[in-house]
Amino acid sequence: MTSKLSGVLAAAAAENRAALIGYLPAGFPTVDGGIRAVNALLEGGCDIVEVGLPHSDPVLDGPTIQTADDIALRGGVRIKDVLRTVQEVSGAHPEAAVLVMTYWNPVDRYGTARFAADLAAAGGAGVILPDLPVEESEAWRAAAAEHGLDTVFVVAPSSRDKRLAEVTAAGSGFVYAAAVMGVTGSRAQVGELAEDLVARTRAATDLPVCVGLGVSTAAQAAQVAGFADGVIVGSAFVQRILDADGDERLALAAVRELAADLAEGVRRR
Amino acid sequence: MSENLTGPQVPDARGYFGAYGGRFIPEALVAAVEQVADEYEKAKHDPAFTAELDLLLKDYTGRPSPLTDVHRFSAEAGGARVLLKREDLNHTGSHKINNVLGQALLTRRMGKTRIIAETGAGQHGVATATACALFGFDCTIYMGEVDTERQALNVARMRMLGAEVVAVKSGSRTLKDAINEAFRDWVANVDNTHYLFGTVAGPHPFPAMVRDFHRVIGVEARAQVIERTGKLPDAVVACVGGGSNAIGIFHEFIPDAGVRLIGCEAAGEGVDTARHAATLTKGEPGVLHGARSYVLQDEDGQTIESHSISAGLDYPGIGPEHAWLKDTGRAEYRPVTDDEAMLALRLLSRTEGIIPAIESAHALAGALVLGRELGPDATLLVNLSGRGDKDMHTAAQYFGLYDTAAAAQGETR
Repeated sequence: MTSKLSGVLAAAAAENRAALIGYLPAGFPTVDGGIRAVNALLEGGCDIVEVGLPHSDPVLDGPTIQTADDIALRGGVRIKDVLRTVQEVSGAHPEAAVLVMTYWNPVDRYGTARFAADLAAAGGAGVILPDLPVEESEAWRAAAAEHGLDTVFVVAPSSRDKRLAEVTAAGSGFVYAAAVMGVTGSRAQVGELAEDLVARTRAATDLPVCVGLGVSTAAQAAQVAGFADGVIVGSAFVQRILDADGDERLALAAVRELAADLAEGVRRR
Repeated sequence: MSENLTGPQVPDARGYFGAYGGRFIPEALVAAVEQVADEYEKAKHDPAFTAELDLLLKDYTGRPSPLTDVHRFSAEAGGARVLLKREDLNHTGSHKINNVLGQALLTRRMGKTRIIAETGAGQHGVATATACALFGFDCTIYMGEVDTERQALNVARMRMLGAEVVAVKSGSRTLKDAINEAFRDWVANVDNTHYLFGTVAGPHPFPAMVRDFHRVIGVEARAQVIERTGKLPDAVVACVGGGSNAIGIFHEFIPDAGVRLIGCEAAGEGVDTARHAATLTKGEPGVLHGARSYVLQDEDGQTIESHSISAGLDYPGIGPEHAWLKDTGRAEYRPVTDDEAMLALRLLSRTEGIIPAIESAHALAGALVLGRELGPDATLLVNLSGRGDKDMHTAAQYFGLYDTAAAAQGETR
């Protein structure tokens, strides 16, 4: 059976375009405000959303997402709020695939089987767990598979070809190709390493390959759409909400507008 | 000395000590961490590597470090004989140099030219900055902003040695967040940079490798105690933050079933308050900084901020081998409060003329209690992991040692 996530990516490919994947942490700036913001990503033109489960120790995130995670955690966001975000967003947008992106310890602590069951029940399509390498992921993948969830693994410019084969064989849905060596955050240029990494990844797998880290503008989205199956944008959306400084109407409008710009970009390949 | 690098065969090939350890890292670091593991495997069997390390430990660090009988202090410890392993007398003033020199040699072997490290009390940062000066590496040290304030002397020492010191302003602004920031740097600069991790935590192979570089402490101390007393000690006592000095002195004694191994963790204002760093007493298994171990965490897996008067023990995690030693019962871990540690610091200063680091004072406080439990027939080996010069500002504020309020630059207790 084709998963929800695979179906959304196939539909974008059928339109001869890259998919647009947007990220925002749950609970940012509040739980309900965060739900409206994630909905705005989809209203603006994202095909897939990653709902972040904020963590106290976001070692792979740059200052922008660290700030958002801080705000969410200080606001008291809990795992049940993240699951409610997934439920409300997938309820409002049954056509979209809703993923959860987080670090491993919150899932581990919540319970592997319990998290997989509750995420599936909330309408979630899968997870991205960037600090859970393939070697440590067996129990999670078994639980995810039982509940029809995809597990998206990250590959990096430093991944050797043999490693790419191992990682992509374990994953499903798509492969997340990190455009640069570094943490999340907008960059002036998408790394030259990205195109090479996508080509090497394609040699290892038939899964769609989506590129993230550093993409923030429609022009960058168009560039990446030229060689990848999907474009992932996170910090740029977070920054729009931070810039609105508590004015929710302004924040939602800015998020919708950026999503629309990027959606135009991924169709320009 | 470097026969210490090939000790007992734990962890397993995946870096597990029982249920603890492993390698929970982002894909971007997999190649670099595998390189460290592979290169270390080769190096520890390479006579040229071990000979160079032995020479540095002897002529640069000043090993072997002495064993000191502390008779006047012993009188306060129920009359039990207390022997101090003097890691405070190593070059740079703590045990940290043992691991740093090993990893610096490894860095050169790997062809990398830049080293980054985290530091809490600044002892690991100073040792790392020292080795970088010696080997000609670029050096960046991440230190929580709270710690740069309470350990200002060590910040100056690192800068004097040519290191860049970055004050980390995120999260709790202590050791945990310094480690986060060092990982972020490493992900971005892994091509030319080695992360010289300073404790027996982190992803495999760091817990085993850092332990191996510190095993020299226990290997020397075991022989010294037997030579001095004609028998094994009844207990070995050390402070535990991440756990490097403790694992270093414990390890050679693990097969000696009659020797109790006792780790003293920082209880801050008390383990029944919210302000402590007693990870093994109050934490639960989880994943932090690349390995599964005990973690101070809430029910959603969010790390709880720790507190200790000692910057070096102010950490909500613990090395995975300690978690395993706790669960198997081979080692015991006891909480020691800020106040108990500070009183032990003053006591050793005034009875023996040795000012210990606040970290090490936790072990001394543990020895005072244990000595009273075991009585005058007992012999206790205590790891004096560092000297207290860096802590004089904290101690002066705690005991009111400054002449004027202005000199105290803050609240005097």
